Amino acid sequence: MSRFESAFGKGRPALVCFITAGDGDTAANLDALVAGGADVIELGMPFTDPMADGPAIQAANLRALAKGTTTADILALAAGFRARHPEVPLVLMGYANPMIHRGADWFAAEAAKAGVDGVICVDIPPEEDAELGPQLRAAGLNMIRLATPTTDAARLPAVLDGSGGFLYYVSVAGITGKQQAAIDSIEQAVARLKASTDLPVAVGFGVRTPGQAEAIARVADGVVVGSAFIDIVAEHGEEAAAPLKELTAALAKAVHNARETVA
Amino acid sequence: MTDLANSFRTQPDERGHFGQFGGRYVAETLMPLILDLEKEYRAAKADPAFKAEFDSLMAHYVGRPSPLYFAERLTEHFGGGQIWFKREELNHTGAHKINNCIGQILLAIRMGKTRIIAETGAGQHGVATATVCARFGLPCVIYMGSTDVARQQPNVFRMKLLGAEVIPVESGAKTLKDAMNEAMRDWVANVHDTFYIIGTAAGPHPYPELVRDFQSVIGKEARAQMLERTGKLPDLLLAAVGGGSNAIGLFHPFLDDPEVAMVGVEAGGHGVETDKHAASLTGGSPGVLHGNKTYLLQDEDGQIIEAHSISAGLDYPGIGPEHSWLHDIGRVKYLPINDDEALEAFQLCCRLEGIIPALESAHALAALPKVAKEYGKDQMILVNVSGRGDKDIFTVADALGAKI
Repeated sequence: MSRFESAFGKGRPALVCFITAGDGDTAANLDALVAGGADVIELGMPFTDPMADGPAIQAANLRALAKGTTTADILALAAGFRARHPEVPLVLMGYANPMIHRGADWFAAEAAKAGVDGVICVDIPPEEDAELGPQLRAAGLNMIRLATPTTDAARLPAVLDGSGGFLYYVSVAGITGKQQAAIDSIEQAVARLKASTDLPVAVGFGVRTPGQAEAIARVADGVVVGSAFIDIVAEHGEEAAAPLKELTAALAKAVHNARETVA
Repeated sequence: MTDLANSFRTQPDERGHFGQFGGRYVAETLMPLILDLEKEYRAAKADPAFKAEFDSLMAHYVGRPSPLYFAERLTEHFGGGQIWFKREELNHTGAHKINNCIGQILLAIRMGKTRIIAETGAGQHGVATATVCARFGLPCVIYMGSTDVARQQPNVFRMKLLGAEVIPVESGAKTLKDAMNEAMRDWVANVHDTFYIIGTAAGPHPYPELVRDFQSVIGKEARAQMLERTGKLPDLLLAAVGGGSNAIGLFHPFLDDPEVAMVGVEAGGHGVETDKHAASLTGGSPGVLHGNKTYLLQDEDGQIIEAHSISAGLDYPGIGPEHSWLHDIGRVKYLPINDDEALEAFQLCCRLEGIIPALESAHALAALPKVAKEYGKDQMILVNVSGRGDKDIFTVADALGAKI
């Protein structure tokens, strides 16, 4: 069984946690997320031009790059994480250029060697899959695709083709960390997606509080939280592990028990 | 006669690729809209009513055709080939940018979009976009790096007079690249009603193609005007390249004329050997940014390096994908020109021809000392004077140490 299958096969919704590599004490922060109850980790690869991100993650990208964070540093963080947490699925999330700059084959091989399970690339849609998808799959990694409110029925098969791990439903047409979609529209979208795929569906963008996470966990296989963690790192700098663990625990409790507390 | 199999004018392919360049590297949210835009563009291209409206606005609103002018005194000064200007600076709003904006706003209206956004560097594209929005009564939001807002105040005020909202962008180096990031963030959040008028022949397919097609009016006119006036095609075309829309607009109709040589002039800033330039072909390597694969200024990890040019319109770390392709196959040569050379050419053109060129266009003019002597007196060099320089007088005064 793959790490993703285990993480999404616990008989309850999964909590997926995102932080940016190189922002704050990343290794300690990752450990705090796991200790707090994260089921899947997304490690953001900083990029100079994060076009799909809101102000919080933009700033995290710039903080990480200003500290001199390199691709080699990110791969080392991933390898260290894998050594400490053999069971927790690890996803690298970012933009195409840093992933393909030395060659997609190189990136896929190095990520696999570091113990990464999957990759989310914001700006490689199915139409440009040849740039990265085949190389990831050849290295045994999952290409985790994004579906959005604008992904219609005609496009969905193309999005699912070649995707693995889980399907990430971006619940709002917009950038990270902004508004949240209405729960009804999320429920309908997840049902539509699940009718077309056996992959677990995790929902993200704009999810910040345990209350929001719980509502989504009632209708989806997983909930992705990012900007709320980034805000904590921004506020606490190198000392963010304790408050990160606290928020993760609150979110994990809400997500993991969501279906038991349905009134 | 043109052999289609060997034509340079059949790009991009059906997936929007110019050789290995171009493509559609965008977030999934934008993909359906991009596909829609492509479909609508194909339909518009085949619709005689669309072409008729475009042509009519070009003639009566923009003031086309723009003149072809023999620059007698510059020719005498350099003592080589004849120097001719394509006078795009005489267009309404003072640059070639309006050609593209007219085309794109007609597309936006066709698609039922009710809100327009755009990015701008020097402000020329912002002014042109604000102009067409005023003309067609659509709300307009312009993203502009706050560094550019400071150095292009006259254009900022122009946009406001035309009814646009100008949003200063504070991220990154606060120039064109950052304005484009912010425009894309707006777009992805407002796909349902918003049309993004991209200002140069770059971005995701079909933008590089449609911007080129709208700007090709420059080359088509120039080709006909040259033949009419001189009975010959020009021997060399010169145009400045930031994103590269004025250059591709001039070059494209000539690409299959083997006797016509072409040079695209990149912004060399303080020199391509320094870390302060914007010459992505001369000093960059292929990568993915802003929806397309193209030559970029980047470090060994694929992080984008800030560009530098005295010309705000050339201050961008990438280039349109068709130029990357034309560079790789060798059909067009690309030459970097430094800030000081452009300033020199700016002043020379003012004094010898009575034409104040945009700093962007001054880069193309600055190639003349290097190339004019290679041509004989019966040969012709056609320079695209893509914009007028009134917007740049503060920058130039500052660079020359003059007080206004």
